[in-house]
Amino acid sequence: MGTKKKTGWAHRSLMLVLMIYLLLPLLATTIYAFAKDWQATVLPERWTLEWFSGMFQDIRFLDALWTSLYLCGISVAFSLVIMLPAVFIITVYLPKWETFMKGLVVLPYAVPGVVAAVGLIRAYSSGPINITGTAYILIGAYFIVILPYMYQGIRNSLLTVSAVELLNSAEMLGATRIKAFRSVVLPNIWPGVIISTLLSFSVLFGEFVLTNLLVGGHIQTIQVYLYQRVGESGHLASAIAISYFVFILLLSMILMKLGQKMNKGVQG
Amino acid sequence: MKRRNRWVFLGLVPFAIMVIAFQFAPILSMLTGSLKPEAGSGISFDFYTKIINSKYYLQAIKNSLLISIFSSVIGIIVGLICAYSITRFSPRVRDRLLMLSNMTSNFAGVPLAFAYIILLGSNGVFTLLFKQWGWSVFADFNLYSWSGLVLVYVYFQVPLALLLLYPSFYGIREQWMEAASLLGASKWRFWTTIGIPILTPAVFGTLGILFANAMGAYATAYALVGGNYNLLAVRIGSLVSGDVVNQPQLGNALAVILALSTLLAVYLNHKMTQRSQMFNSTHAFARKARSRRKLLRPWGASSVKEEL
Repeated sequence: MGTKKKTGWAHRSLMLVLMIYLLLPLLATTIYAFAKDWQATVLPERWTLEWFSGMFQDIRFLDALWTSLYLCGISVAFSLVIMLPAVFIITVYLPKWETFMKGLVVLPYAVPGVVAAVGLIRAYSSGPINITGTAYILIGAYFIVILPYMYQGIRNSLLTVSAVELLNSAEMLGATRIKAFRSVVLPNIWPGVIISTLLSFSVLFGEFVLTNLLVGGHIQTIQVYLYQRVGESGHLASAIAISYFVFILLLSMILMKLGQKMNKGVQG
Repeated sequence: MKRRNRWVFLGLVPFAIMVIAFQFAPILSMLTGSLKPEAGSGISFDFYTKIINSKYYLQAIKNSLLISIFSSVIGIIVGLICAYSITRFSPRVRDRLLMLSNMTSNFAGVPLAFAYIILLGSNGVFTLLFKQWGWSVFADFNLYSWSGLVLVYVYFQVPLALLLLYPSFYGIREQWMEAASLLGASKWRFWTTIGIPILTPAVFGTLGILFANAMGAYATAYALVGGNYNLLAVRIGSLVSGDVVNQPQLGNALAVILALSTLLAVYLNHKMTQRSQMFNSTHAFARKARSRRKLLRPWGASSVKEEL
């Protein structure tokens, strides 16, 4: 809001309180993950790295981590393969459908995970397609979870680079439609697509409800594993929670840098 | 032209299949499941009457509604105050603050519940510390009860409210205030006649999102209280995954009720967004800048539904 004189103390202290409130749980978890024992003092008396080393020695944790990376990776890649052409076609050739698409894309927001899980279980636990408890149902459910991010991300980048004009000029210069898409549009929207891909990945990495209800007993992702460890060892679980959070943080930092870079490219 | 059309639809087929199979089929299946009689065929509202006649399930619905309303209203009040406060800082600090809020909005679900258990659980760090210091104010506090749930829900509502409301404050230009004061309006008058009317749709829209977010929140509640607190989402989860009892059809009916409430809330948000666009869309430039900002900050989108 324009140039301001020095910010008042009321605003400063309010923001300080807000930040303490928001960061305290994070901070406490971090301290707990490094604490040897932490009782009855403001800060722990002794520090240790044993919870982190324990974490990396735990086969079940490594398994869960691998499962998460693998499942989220496959789901996002699968979604990308389906969404890229679909969003491209809708944005470029069927702009009339956009209103419909907007409604469709809001739906996953409006249907909570528990509700989606109920429907999925009923639809796929019997009959011709019995896939409850398998990775297939999870990949399908994940596809819907990240649908809004993928659609918005791809659509925005298509609009930002004016894909229609690009395509027309490429075709005027004699490129076939597929060639124009591959060698002109795709390289231009790539940064935006990478952003939505990473964003979707981080969303899926934090997914718990669908995973637990649909395949809880059969496939252990990092969230399901974390839930199971909460009751056992608090310190170990904090180490895992903090590592998870740092990972998500790194991802969003990459996202931001990419976003800035892309913006520069657009302006320049 | 004809060739292009055929080609066009081919690219949409996998997308259509996925959406029908994993978005529409489950919703349809849930609806039919809730209307199917226990024996025989036809349509029956047995499960719904069962819910209405059951104190237990009515209480779950009531608890969920109460906690959602409570946490959304607190979230929106804190969010409003803080969003205004943030606009008073220099752009550099402002971006930092927004980034920190956004960062914490990633901290939800199981890890969040877990952090609160460490802090304030029955053997939590602060619980023990307060006990030692003899602070009796916190002696009655129980994290695994209503007050604890509200505390944790508010935690994930505040950054969300802040991030959703901030753009509307940002939309109120300094020039408008200057113009108003040149025309002789006091600061109070500016806010009552211009500022608040502009913010109102955004506030109600955000309230819708917060409400839906809290109604559908499962991971946090489940990780915190397990099945011990009677919430709609938790009840549905235990009915379909069946730890003790397995009554999937009752779960279907409850899920329909939950979905209706969240759909209504998101619809409210949709209507309000349209209304707030009335104020902004006159400037084509402003709209363009906004869409670019959205692109710039993809992490903002993650907060729209972080409580998965």
